Order: sequence, then structure tokens, then C-alpha cells
Amino acid sequence: MTITTLKPETPAQAADAVRWALSADEPLEIVGSGSRRGLGRPVRAGHALDLSGLSGVIAYEPEELVLTALAGTPMDLIRSMLAERGQHLAFEPPEGGTLGGLVASGLAGPRRISAGSARDHTLGISGISGRAEAYKGGGKVVKNVTGYDLPKLMAGSFGTLTALTEITVKVLPAPEDTATLLLFGLDDRAAVAMLDRALRSPYEVSGAAHLPAGIAARSQVAAVAGAGGAATLVRLEGFGPSVAARVTMLREELRADAVLGRDESLALWREVRDGAGLGEVVADGPLPNPPPPLAGEGALPTPAQSPSTAQAGEGRGGGNRGDTPHLWKLSVPPSTGPSTVDAIRRTLDVEAFYDWGGGLVWLTAPPDSGATIRSALSAGGHATLVRAPEAVRAATDVFQPLPEPLMTLSRRVKESFDPKGILNPGRMYAGL
Amino acid sequence: MKMPVPDSGVIARRREIVEALRAIVPGEGVIVDENELRAYECDGLTAYRQLPMVAVLPSTVEQVSQVLKTCKAMGVKVVPRGAGTSLSGGALPLADGVLLGMGKFKRILDIDYANRCVTVQPGVTNLGISNAVAHEGFYYAPDPSSQIACTIGGNIAENSGGVHCLKYGLTTNNVLGLEMVLIDGTVIRLGGKHLDAGGYDLMGIVTGSEGLLGVVTEVTVRILKKPATARAVLLGFPSSEQGGDCVAAIIAAGIIPGGMEMMDRPAIHAAEAFVHAGYPLDVEALLIVELDGPAAEVDHLIDRVEAIARTKGACYARVSKSEEERLAFWAGRKAAFPAVGRISPDYYCMDGTIPRKALPLVLQRMQEMSDRCGLRVANVFHAGDGNLHPLILYDANKPGELEAAEEFGNDILRLCVEVGGVLTGEHGVGVEKRDLMTDQFDEADLQQQQRLKCAFDPDGLLNPGKVFPTLHRCAELGRLHVHQGELRFPDIPRF
Repeated sequence: MTITTLKPETPAQAADAVRWALSADEPLEIVGSGSRRGLGRPVRAGHALDLSGLSGVIAYEPEELVLTALAGTPMDLIRSMLAERGQHLAFEPPEGGTLGGLVASGLAGPRRISAGSARDHTLGISGISGRAEAYKGGGKVVKNVTGYDLPKLMAGSFGTLTALTEITVKVLPAPEDTATLLLFGLDDRAAVAMLDRALRSPYEVSGAAHLPAGIAARSQVAAVAGAGGAATLVRLEGFGPSVAARVTMLREELRADAVLGRDESLALWREVRDGAGLGEVVADGPLPNPPPPLAGEGALPTPAQSPSTAQAGEGRGGGNRGDTPHLWKLSVPPSTGPSTVDAIRRTLDVEAFYDWGGGLVWLTAPPDSGATIRSALSAGGHATLVRAPEAVRAATDVFQPLPEPLMTLSRRVKESFDPKGILNPGRMYAGL
Repeated sequence: MKMPVPDSGVIARRREIVEALRAIVPGEGVIVDENELRAYECDGLTAYRQLPMVAVLPSTVEQVSQVLKTCKAMGVKVVPRGAGTSLSGGALPLADGVLLGMGKFKRILDIDYANRCVTVQPGVTNLGISNAVAHEGFYYAPDPSSQIACTIGGNIAENSGGVHCLKYGLTTNNVLGLEMVLIDGTVIRLGGKHLDAGGYDLMGIVTGSEGLLGVVTEVTVRILKKPATARAVLLGFPSSEQGGDCVAAIIAAGIIPGGMEMMDRPAIHAAEAFVHAGYPLDVEALLIVELDGPAAEVDHLIDRVEAIARTKGACYARVSKSEEERLAFWAGRKAAFPAVGRISPDYYCMDGTIPRKALPLVLQRMQEMSDRCGLRVANVFHAGDGNLHPLILYDANKPGELEAAEEFGNDILRLCVEVGGVLTGEHGVGVEKRDLMTDQFDEADLQQQQRLKCAFDPDGLLNPGKVFPTLHRCAELGRLHVHQGELRFPDIPRF
């Protein structure tokens, strides 16, 4: 149903775009490169606010550990810029997309367990609220407690509060070396217990995952695929001599079966980050109607003038159809990962693996499994539907439904930024 | 410092309010006696004092909920308080307000090693958490200097840090779950034992909100395994600039120390005279760099840090050879505040963060300010993260010196903002820096923050007069000023 794409080239133009939307009472779908459009619920908006024109690194000072960039800056650009100076975003975000999309979707990779997620590294933001007001929050230094920590609230808010225009992130030295200890043939419970043991060691484990046999067999890393059973992974990173010493000590303590060196370790954890063979985690979808070259400008569209591009919304979300399994992401207390999956398995045919020492469960399940999956979260936590056809995501709770008092408060928080509900309405929760 | 004018109508209803509170918290849990109320008249920022109208010390979540609900119904303001160690006046009482003391919430509820977290009531001290898990080799990483006394509830309110924070994060990076009570008495839970909280990151907003959004009644924090070893190196430099360059070079080399602290000449001399840590007295800047982790890593990095320091002009270097010596290095730094207290009748501790590269300029401008106002300043500095703690020395008994010290402090904080930093790195805004908020934020920034406050507390009853320089009514903040006629959007490509 998206018809018009507004593509500002400056933050001031972005404010103008939101001001127009507000005055015309027209909701906006906020997009960067479009790579995360398959996450969350589809937005019902007649217009897209494409922020990919707000691109460019404003300041990067490796010694200050901060980088400031416009929200539409491609992550690939930021990643390579950081790599040149031996730095990275420590929360190990997935490839692709823009900085704004990364922060708005609150993503993180396997290093979440030791380094935190996007929220922990977002220091400052500028953006346009749903009141069409440009404002800023946070700061551009690594230590700051001045006022409310609005950058954290923006992380994972999926553009429902503010159209981000500029973001300052904390950057950190990338590890000099990395290695992975492998243990083969453990069942889920024994594996998570072993990961707990590794995480209780003083050796600063930066990744702890378990791939059951079927998933391990699909790995591109020969040592894992050829293990002939489940693979339990423990990652150590840091300076060369430190990694070497820790590998030796932890290998003995865990009685590990094998050790992967740098290159294989990097490849393996990329797989874990990206869903380890359960299919693409985030389906890339093109913008509904890529903005054309600048042509003669007329007046802004009004609702009555909005033309329709019939196919625009179709097929987004990764081309899932029919009975293709849906991908779920569960965040649970780490020790309860296996029992949660067991409970789900009693009624559903699922394939699952564990990251974060058991605290993150990725699982594929048949369509319409949401209620069963969520009822298995008795020990706490939540489940998010990460990949499913758009029609499914439109009709179901993609994010864990909130208890009523929390939903009421969330609604009021939304209203404080966006009282008329024009920014990404419904992306997280129906009616929000 | 102006606080909201006390509402005489509320004060006139004091007896009625006290009775309502006594119906919720029986016996000695409601304090009205002036002498007993004295215990609550200020926090760590002792220059400001105010007796609360009444203090209430609930012991259950249900009581907290009833107290807040009742205060809301009666239109009475509430100031939450932990141990009262805030340095920015965050727990300064109000003459027409209820002081809500959370000191009775001091139980450790659950230690869960399998999920590497601990759940406690908010009145448990920061160090109390580490002590409870020390026998298993665990600890809670954020370590504010007041950790022996400050409570985890207060740490949440202030988003407290400490010397470990460059490497291990602030409170906000180490909290997994919260239970809190809203002003209308609603009890909500955010997060839990899992790593991602789900929904909006309200925990991120509540942490560091200085008691303006709700009252925390339960906290779940991450615990970490203690590093196998820690060693420190003491580095002296002929100038602060060289010390600062060394810090930048260490970070540029990819090293994030467990702690990295700098002191200037006045602070070094005061600390040495106080604890005899063995500091060199002929240097302008002293850097303590602590490396922690496996022994192989620490040995490797100590060598690299020493080598970097030599290239940056260090004229003194000493590596700790024993745990005793490492602790001695820190003893001077950790006693810097009381040490300065011995060389001056009073001192005023400031707290701003700057981009590290601005350090030479900031130190020079501070010296000029010092010369101008005639008050000395000693500097201790969380060098890794740019958090400055200038200590302004003054004598409260000399007329005008307190005011001069405050003015000097304000100028320093404005300077921090001017060079791209922020007003507070770890002590909070409170009442102390409230009126400087307009130096860092413009009207739209502050209005958005206050609207968020309204989402939690529409009547503005929780800790009013703190953080925000002007009190807006929520209705006024809610107005939308957009009309079709104001449309201005000619340049955006579209079709």
C-alpha cells in the first residue's frame, strides 16, 4: 500500500517531511536501505520516509572510542572504516543495512553475552519526533549521565518513537586474535551446562553456543560439519598471547575435543550470528518503490492524490509462503534454554540452536506456533517472530505481548514522542 | 538554587497526610519528629539542606505501592532516597514533600550462578552484592567509590560508575531486570534473568533517571567472574599533556585497561602526604594503569603499556610486584578526596566528561579560572573515559568563598560542554547541575525529556525540582503546534 517515498537529504528536510506527514495526518514508514523491513510487523502507511540520503560519517576519532554518523550511513562503510583502525562495534551486529536501521532494530550478535547489544553502545542520537521536532539526546562521549538516556530507548524501538537522523556509537578495539574450542556429541542440556562452566571461568569467554547435530552438519566449517554430531562452541578473543594461554587452560578444564584457529573461528561465528543454517535471519526486501531521480517538483501529495502501486507490498519478507517454517528468536534465562525447547518439542516439530550460553534460542517452527512457543516461556523471557510472510506478521503478535500495565506505559511513552501515531504505526505492536 | 515554592495548602494538610501514611506503614515507619527528620535533610551534597514534611520507611512492595498511590491521590510530592550518598542533591527533600526512604529493602533475594545473576532489594549496598558472591569468585563490576555505603537502588537512580567502567560498563550495562512502582501504585517488571528485555527499553530510561520516573523495589544484576590477576603500573609525566597523550596512545593500541586514572600535581601531593603510597612528587601528572585478566595477558600488556609510556615521555614508571603494592598504588587515588580535605577546610567536587583530546585545553583554562577567582583546584580524572573530577578548594567560613567555588564549578562544567563533553559523567544532575542543563540541551531536547517524564508521572509528583531547570505542566508539553499553513517541504525528492 506504500505509494510515495520521501527522501530527505538533510536532517532539516527530514523534519519537514515529518511535519508534512503530521499536518496531512499521513503515517510514514521509516526505511534506510530497506534491509530490515522483514523484521517486526508490516507498517500500514501510505508513505515511506527513506533516510538513506542522510549518509556520511561526521566524526570518527579512534582514540576517543566514538563515531558519529548520519543515520542512513551504510554499515558496510562504517565497518570498513573501523577495521582500518583496528576497531569494531563490539556487539557484533549482522552485516548490511544502515546505522539507523541497526540501532532502531536493536540487533546484536553472539558477543551480546559479553559485550552487550546495540543499546549498550548507542551514546547519542539526533532525530525528528512524531511532533516534527528536531531534538537530541545523550552525548558524544563514552561516559554520560546527563538527563534521560534517550539513546537506549531508541535502540530496539523500530522507528516508532523518532526518525533518527544522527547517531553516536561507542567503538572498541577489535580483538587481535580469536580461537574457538569445540566439544562434540553433547546433548542440549549437557552442552548448556558446559557453556555455563566456560562462562563461569575467569577466561573471558566472548561467545558460547551449541549447535545440535542436524544444524552442525550444515556448517560450512569442516571441523563442525564433519563432527558427526552436535557441536558445542566456546570462543576466546583478545591479544595473541592471551588467547593462546586461555585456550590452553580452558581446553584442559573443559576437555575440549578440538580448537579452531582464527579464520575458521571467524567463519563459524558468522554462521552463528546469521542463524546457523536456519535460513536468512533477516529477509532483505527492496524499498517498495525506489525513489526516482529528481524530476520536476510539484506540491506534496495529499491523501486524496495518493496513487497506488499495486504490487509494492507483495512478496516482502523473504519469499516465505505456504508451510515454510517460521523463524523465532527466544530470549530466556540461559540455564532454561534446553527445558524451554523440550517443552515446545512436546507438541511441535522444531529445529533449534542455542547462543549466549543458552540465553538465546533460535528455532524454526511450523506456522501458527506462537501460542505454544510463548506458553513454554514459564521461566521468563520472550519470543519474537523473526521471519515469516508479511501476511502472517500483519496478523499476529510478532513481539511478545506485554502485560497490561507495561503496555499502558509503553503506549504513553509512544504518545510522548508521537502523539498522532505517524511514525511506523503498528511496527512493534498493533495500535502502537 | 531555587526549589519549587512549597505548597502551603499541602503543608496545612500535614496531619492528614501523616495519618494516611500511618495507615499504610505502622509504628516507627513514619517519621515526623524534627530531630529524627534531620537524618534526611541532605545527601552527599551537604551545601543544600531541607527538612522533609514527613519521612516514610516502607518495608514491603505493597506499602511502597500504597504510599505512592496515596501521595498521588492527595497531590503530595515524593522524594525517593537510598543511602543518601548522591553528590548532586538528587535526594534533597522538599518542605512540602514525603521523603520515601528505601533503607529497609536490604535483602538479597536470589543468587543464581547458573544464570550468572543476583536479585536483590534496592537497599543492598553495591559492595554487598560483590561480597555475597565473592566466595564463588564472582563480583558485580560497577564500583563507585562510595560502594561500601551506596545502595544498588541509588546506583540505578544515578547510573553509577567507577574505575572499572571503561572496560565493564556502567550500572545500565550490568542490570538485567527491575521491579518498580509507578506513582499511581502500579507495580511493573522490566527484563528479568534474560539478556534482552523486550518491548521498549524502559530499563534503559529508568536507569539514571534520578528518582523522577518511579521507585525501584527489586533489581537483578549480572555478576562476572573475577579476573585471574590484576597488576598496575604507575607512570609519571613532566606535563599533563604528555599524560593525556599516553592515555590516547594506549587506547589507540587497542588496549582497554581495567582502570586508568590520572592525578595532577596538587592531587598527587595531597594523596602522598595522606597515605604515603610512594608516589613520585616531581611529576606534573601521574597515571595509574591497571591491567586485569589471565596472567599471560596482563604480563604482555604491562610490557606494551610501559613501552608506549616511554615513547610518550614518561619520566617515571613502576610496575606493581605484588598485590600489596598494587593496592598501595590505588590507595592514594582512592583517598584523593579525603586527602584534599586535609589541605583545605572545604572542597567542592565537580564531575564533567570531556573528549580526552581536549584535556590540555581544559586544564589550561581551568588554571586561568583558578588564578582569576583565587581558588585552588586539584584534579583527579578517570582518564580512560574522559570523566574529570576537579576538586575546588575553598573555606566556607570566609564570606563569599562558597559562592565563588560554585561559580567556578559551573564555569568548569560549561567548559566541558563547550569542548564537546557533558555536564555529568557519573554523579547526576540533581539540583546541583539542574540550571546548567540549558547549556547542554536546547528547549526542544528538554521538552522531549520532560514529555517522557509525563508518560510516567503526569502530575510531576516524583522528585520535582531535580534535573530540569523549568517545571512544565504536562498538559502544556503535550500541545502540538503544526498546521497545514506552516508546511515547508519544497526540496524533497518524491513522486
